[in-house]
Parts: sequence; C-alpha cells; structure tokens
Amino acid sequence: MRLGVLFSGGKDSTHALHLAAQKEEVACLITVISKNKESFMFHTPNIDVTAFQAQALGLPLVSVQTEGKKEEELADLERAIAEAKSKHQIEGVVTGAVESVYQASRVQRICSKLDLWQFNPLWKTDQKALLQTLLQQQFHVIISGVFAYPLDEKWLGKKIDSQMIAQLVELQGKYGISPSGEGGEIETTVLDAPMFKQRIEVTDSAVEWKGDSGVYVIKQARLVPK
Amino acid sequence: MILVVDMNWKKDSLAYTEFVSPILRVIEPLEACRVRHFLELEPSELDRYSHVILSGTTLKDFSFLNHLERFQWLKSFGKPVLGICAGMQTIIQVYGEPLTACPQVGMTEITTLKENALFSGTFQAYALHTYSAKPNNQAFDAIAESSHCIQAIKHKTKPIYGVLFHPEVRNQDILQRFLRL
Repeated sequence: MRLGVLFSGGKDSTHALHLAAQKEEVACLITVISKNKESFMFHTPNIDVTAFQAQALGLPLVSVQTEGKKEEELADLERAIAEAKSKHQIEGVVTGAVESVYQASRVQRICSKLDLWQFNPLWKTDQKALLQTLLQQQFHVIISGVFAYPLDEKWLGKKIDSQMIAQLVELQGKYGISPSGEGGEIETTVLDAPMFKQRIEVTDSAVEWKGDSGVYVIKQARLVPK
Repeated sequence: MILVVDMNWKKDSLAYTEFVSPILRVIEPLEACRVRHFLELEPSELDRYSHVILSGTTLKDFSFLNHLERFQWLKSFGKPVLGICAGMQTIIQVYGEPLTACPQVGMTEITTLKENALFSGTFQAYALHTYSAKPNNQAFDAIAESSHCIQAIKHKTKPIYGVLFHPEVRNQDILQRFLRL
C-alpha cells in the first residue's frame, strides 16, 4: 500500500514514518506549515527543517501553508493530502498521533472524505517506552520548544538521552507533564534517524524565550554524510 | 488465558499497534493472553481460552466481512466474548442480522439502554465506525446507543457482547469488567 506520512519533523511523526516503512511503501511526506505558533493541529518550531529532513530521507515532500485559524487549517490539511493523493498515488495516510483524539479524528474524517486508509501506529503507546525506543534505535532528537513550567531555556536544543528521559518522568510525577510532550509541553526536531541517508547538522541557531515558554530556532543547517 | 483476535486485513499489519496493542496494554497486566489473527484461528483451539476479544480495524478495512465462515464458532461458543467495532459487526453478521450505515468518528455520548455487567449510565467514548446494527431477531438486545445509532449489544442468553465504540481508547474499565465475567 502506498502511504503518505503526515510529517512535522518531530519525534512522533518520524517514529510513525519508521514503523510505516517497515510494513508498507512510504511514497511521500506531507507537511502543513502553520503561521499560527499556537496551532492546535500542527507542530510549529522548525517546521521549515522538514525540507532538509525529506532530502535526508530521500522522500518527496508535499508542503502547504496555512494561516493556522482553528478549523480553516483543516481545509489546508485536506488540500495537502489531496495533493499527495494525486501526485504520489497514495492509498493511505499515517500520523504520529499518540493520545490526541482531537488530531486523530480530524485527520480520519479528511481521509474518509478522500477515500484513503488512515493509520496511527503509535496510538496509545506508553510515553516513556516511546522515548526509550527512539534512543535504542539511535534517533537523534533535540528539544525545539518548551511550553510548560518548570521546563526552561536550559532544555532548548538539548538532545534527548537516557538522563533526560529520567528527568521528564520525574517531572511527570511532580507536575503532571507528559514525558513525550503529548500535551504540547515539548516540541522536538529529529536530526538523524535510522531511515536518514544523511544526518542534519545545525550550523546556526538561536533561543527565543518569551514569558514561560521558548523555542530553539534552527537558522541554518546542512546535510552531512553518516 | 484470554484470546485477542486480530481482525485487521492481514497478520502483523500496520494497524496492529493501533487496534490490538492498546487492548493488550489493558489486559496483559491482569491476565495471560494470546493474540491470533482471524485467518489463522482454528475453532479447535478455543477450549484453551476463558474469554475472547475481537479487535477493531481501520475505517476502510472490511476484509473480515468476507471471511464470516471463520467465525461460525461464535454460534456455539459459551464463554464470554467481546466484539469491538469490527468485532461487533462480525458477531451481528454471524447471527444473521443486517448492518446499517452509520459513519461516526470522534468522541460521542453513550447512553445505557439496558442494565449489564460492562457499563452503566451515560459516558463519553471514542467512535470510529462506518456501520452499526439494529438487532431485530430474538438473539440480541441493544444495550447502549448514541444519538447516531446502537452502540452496544448483548446476546439474550450467552455472555456475548458487542461494542461499536473503542473501550481501549477512553473506557479501559469496560475491558477490565469484561475479564471479571
């Protein structure tokens, strides 16, 4: 089955891509670039890096822009999926949804309308186990946004390692933070993964901090051999 | 030993972690269980299991309906069975009831129609289905509904249940109660 993966460049969509490619044929990545930094549907920090990631993966990227207004962005997502269907003959769409019924059901409705299969291979997976799997499989994932107390600027740009997973699990106990950022507490960017033919090296970056949240902005990057 | 039947279109499919694994995460800490794909399950092995759960499938997957002969054992099986979504549709079809079109995706309010061992009152649940059923023969009672359609059924004399919604998503307590039957 030819599939398009709804791809934000973060750990969950990259992980879902990895699982989908083990079972079916991934024909393209689909990215929605939202101008709204508080989008309900779409991951926003470093979304432009998806072009680099697609190149590193050797997969075509279908990318559309959205203003990011709450339900209008769904029309833009539908446009992106329809474009992927016509350009790359996909028969189904894969997402990295783990817990969000909000996201999963909206993507499902679009796929039903477009007569496409829909898969969520990470659905209901234990969040700590998800992070550990990424480490075991040598995903290089950095924190590209933090949006919840007590996460601060020190976390930004850091690679997820076993020590960080332990800290996140501890914060879950104390503050109710979801270790994998399922509640939007953390956003991530993947710089390398098993399917990447090249890895991404960040050559210029900046931390932008406002109030009690911030993002790690990748200003320049390049692809380097693995 | 609990049997979980993988109802997806093929064994070890991309849908396994979405429709089978979440059920296992709820029941494995409570009871030993085994998964069999519906195409490999033989009626002769059913004696080994105390309870059977039939999983759901993705919205476009109706392959199970082309293999109803694989589920004829449901007519004579006396132990507890829970069919989830595709599983409920299979139970209904094996017992000769028609399916009715009723597409629904997302959270929905479920209202209990008849007292039963799995749930009570009104509650929210995750729906992901194209078809429902209106039991009209003597075998089943409708035991819950949403504003759209019948959401759960129970055999009148056997511990055979069907739920159209997905209890493994937001109502795991229903799976736990099923294991106590």
